[in-house]
This record gives sequence, C-alpha cells and structure tokens, in this order.
Amino acid sequence: MRTESEKARRAKKIKKVIRYLVCSVIAVIMLFPFYWMFTTSLKTYGNVMKFPPQWWPNPITLDNFIELFSRHNFLRYLWNSVYIAALVSLGVVIVSSLAGYAFAKIRFKGSNILFLIILSGMMMPIEVTIIPLFIALSKLNLANSHLGLIIQPIFGYCGAFGTFLMRQFFITVPTELIEAGKIDGASHLRIFSKIVLPLASSTIATLVIFTFLQSWNDYLLPLVLLNNSKTYTLPLGLKLFASEMGVEWNLVMAGATFSTIPMLIVFFLAQRKFMESLAMAGLKG
Amino acid sequence: MKSKSKLFGKDQLWGYSFISPMLIGFIVISLLPIIATIIISLTNWAMLNNQVNFIGFENYKKLFADPLFYKVAKNTILFTVLLIPSNLVLTLGLASLLKDNFKGVGFFRTAVFTPVVTTVVVWGILWKYIFQTDNGLVNTLLSMLNIKGPQWLYNAQLAIPVAVLVTLIKGLGLNTVIFIGAMKDVPAMYYEASEIDGASKLRQFFSITLPSIAPSIFLVTIITMIGSLKVFAQIDTLTEGGPGTSSFVFVYYIYQQAFKYYNFGYASAISAVLFGLIMILTIIQWKLRKRWVYHEN
Repeated sequence: MRTESEKARRAKKIKKVIRYLVCSVIAVIMLFPFYWMFTTSLKTYGNVMKFPPQWWPNPITLDNFIELFSRHNFLRYLWNSVYIAALVSLGVVIVSSLAGYAFAKIRFKGSNILFLIILSGMMMPIEVTIIPLFIALSKLNLANSHLGLIIQPIFGYCGAFGTFLMRQFFITVPTELIEAGKIDGASHLRIFSKIVLPLASSTIATLVIFTFLQSWNDYLLPLVLLNNSKTYTLPLGLKLFASEMGVEWNLVMAGATFSTIPMLIVFFLAQRKFMESLAMAGLKG
Repeated sequence: MKSKSKLFGKDQLWGYSFISPMLIGFIVISLLPIIATIIISLTNWAMLNNQVNFIGFENYKKLFADPLFYKVAKNTILFTVLLIPSNLVLTLGLASLLKDNFKGVGFFRTAVFTPVVTTVVVWGILWKYIFQTDNGLVNTLLSMLNIKGPQWLYNAQLAIPVAVLVTLIKGLGLNTVIFIGAMKDVPAMYYEASEIDGASKLRQFFSITLPSIAPSIFLVTIITMIGSLKVFAQIDTLTEGGPGTSSFVFVYYIYQQAFKYYNFGYASAISAVLFGLIMILTIIQWKLRKRWVYHEN
C-alpha cells in the first residue's frame, strides 16, 4: 500500500518537472528574440558581424541609442505615437460610450437598425476604405497631418467595436437606477455622466487598452499619408530607419528596442488587465 | 397619458443626440468611403489618365484575368491554411498547459503574451534580422550544426511560410488566453465524473474540453481568417512582397497599385473584393456568436 502511494507521488513529481521543463522551453522561445534585440542594440557594428556571435555584448556601447536621438527623430516619433493614440482612445471612449448608452437604455425609433448600421463599421476596416480616404484628405491638404490618423479609428473599426462593447455593458446596468435619476429630475446626460459612466470604468479600461494598442500599431495609414519625418509615428519611423540602415543591425535593433520599451513597461505593470482585455476584444472584435 | 408620450418624445431626442457623433462620423469615415471604393472600382481613375470615365466592370474583368491576382489569392489562402491549424494546435496545447494554477504560471503566461503587445513592425524587423541569410540567428545556429541555412526571406518558396511563422509566434498568446478563459468555464463536475469512470487526461481533453470550447474555437478560427486577409505590416517589413512578387498578399497588392502606381480604379476593385470576403466572414462570425456564446439579443 505504502509503495503504491509512493509510486503515485513519484509520478506526480515527474509530471511536475516535465511541465516546468516544457514551460521553460516555451518561455525561452518567446523571450529570446527580445533578448537578442536588446543585446544587439548594445553591440558595436563590428561585433554584430562576428562569427560565432557574441551572446553577451562586449564591450557594451550606448552609441547606437545616442545616434537615434542625435541624428534621427525618434523622440519625436515617440511623442507623435503617444499623443495620437491617447487622443484616439479618448475619442473612442467618449463617442462609443454615448452611443452605447443610448442603444442600451434609451428607447427611440429605429434604434435596432441604427445599431446594426454602426456595427457594420467592423466590416469596413481601413484596408478597404483607405483609397477614398487618402484621396479626400489629399484634396483637403490634410494628408500630411495627423488628423486622419486620429479621426479614422474613432469612427472606423475601433469606434464600432467600442459602441458594441459599451452597449453590452450598459445593458447590465439596472434600469431602476436610471428611472430613479429621472424621478429626481436628472437629464439623460446627467444620469449618463454622474451615475452610469462611473460604473463602467473596467469596461472603459478594456476599451482604452484595445484602442490604444490599435492606434500604436497602426502602420498602413501613416505609411500612405505621411511624408514628412516630423510627422512620422514610431512604426513608420522605425520601418524607414531600418530600410535606410540596411545591415547595421546594431542601429536597427536600437530603434526597435526604443520602440518596444514604453509599451512593454505599461504591459508589465498591468499584465492581467491587458490579457483579459485583449482576449475579450479578440473574441468579440 | 399625455405626459408619458411627451417623456418618450424627449427620450427620442436624447437617443438621437447621443448616437449622432458616432453615426455621423461612421457615415463620413466608413460608409461613404466604402461606397466610394465601389464607385471608383467602376472607373479608370489613374494618375496617367487625364479623364476619369466609368468603364463598368472592366477592372473586375481585368482582375479575374490577372495572373498576379491569382497569385495574391493563392498566397493569402496559403497563409491562412498554414496559420490556422498550427495556431489552433499550439494554442490549445499551451492553454491546457497554462490553465491550471501552479507556481510561476503567471510568468509563463506573460512570456507567451509579450509578443502580442509588441508592435507588428518591430516584430517583423526583429525577425527579419533573425532570418538574415548571413549572420542571422537561425542560420548561425544551423551552421553550428554544420547545416547551411537557406536564404529564408529571399526564397520564393520560403517567404510566405516564414511570414506565417513570424505571425504565428506573435499571435499565440492571444488565442492561448482566450482558450484558457473558455477552458475555465467548463464545469469541473464533468472532469470529476469522468475521472471516476477512469478516463485519461487525453481522453478528457478530446471528449470534454474540445466539445465544450468548440464555439470559442470556431470564433477564433474566423477571426484569424479575417486577420489573414488583412495581413500587411509583417509582409512589408519582412519581404516587401518579395522576392519578386512571391509574397504578395491582398493588402500589399492594393498598396502597390494604389499608392505606388496610383491606379486607383484597379486598386479599388481589389479592395471591393477584399471587402466582400471580410463581410461574408464577419456575418458568419456574428451569426455563430449569436447562436452560441453570448446570448445577445
């Protein structure tokens, strides 16, 4: 009997070890590219070309990063990306929580069909609307501004998804809460902003994470619209920098590292919320 | 009675004003452009043409006789066919591995998820470096085993598979977390009951887990398909469509025709076809979702 349980315990232990082994191998595969990017960014050009490769940079140099800031506009690209993504997120939250509230809690004629119409925005991603948008913005002399990059996501895919997400949440808010506000003489705008919106903070956080990342990732629209290095966003600036630098991978990887670190820090600070939010958006979007 | 209808009337006004920013914006930014895309696709609008004329379905006729268009369709299908099964197998495996709570599971989940929050352009450039023919990491490791690595990104047969691999690794974390969520929703009593019946873990996975999370699997499949149709940044950073045109996909072809050659009419016809495909898949996705998971009205 005793040997039986001993056997079972041993089998359990072996299983545990195997699980950690498999998980560790996977973690290495997932994280090694990042390690390679960081360490290459600290190498000299000569050492990047070495064979066998240097697994750890020696000497460590910061020259590559200095070059990013002194001869290229990477700080400007970062600022452009951050402020555009922030405005897009703000816009999406405002516009889609208003619409989501109305579709969930206000009775008005045609609300079902209008909801479906707005939802259909999710089948009109930028990839299929970009030609007329480019033509229109060029005619208005706005192609090289950030206006298109800010407006398009708010009223395109992100806004449509946001309206859907916010409506889903507002449906779960008890109608009595709104009726009580009405009896007190509050308008819908007041009920919305003072009572209902504060309840939605978690859903809003989900929407902000999703939208911010979409805008942060955006590549096609900036590539088509922008042609002045002062207006570039990080992805576009990095891509053009990489094309220009060619095989100077130490510089290219410094640019890639610089473009990655801000978002990675935010992600590590709020991992769980990021994973939950993006999984939810992935399933519904 | 009168006051009630008045109240309802007032509500109507609130309703319309609350949705109007989104509705007007949607019409201007999404609906009109999609209509414009279809209209432009019926014209010969191009940089070189002084006069823009309606030419009916000429662009579509040309499109369906265009060998490059078939190549683009083939590449996109190849991309999808390679990506979806490998993605499903790996993410279902990862989710089974990482769904239980054990010490350090948070770290492993985060590790798998980190590429998801990395910008596509960064990811593409990083892997372009890793897949360099000379002194790229993959070929360096191969040469340590005395294998001469191929010219990954400059080989017509390998460009799409490499792009798939890069996309696959980037996206694993997202579907893994989705499946972990779905697996956690499976009632524990199913497993307990089957354990009493002596079912093995593998048997449990195929007889309980898979059928229970089937709706999530279908939804993820369709969403991944839509994503494959829209692939662009990975291709542009890894291969720029090359070598030659061997890794051209839908959006790359649109980009080239519209913004390198300024053939707006022809590019719009490709866009309209892409829109049709995305629309069909999105409608299927909504129907499935309504039927299965979220009990939306």
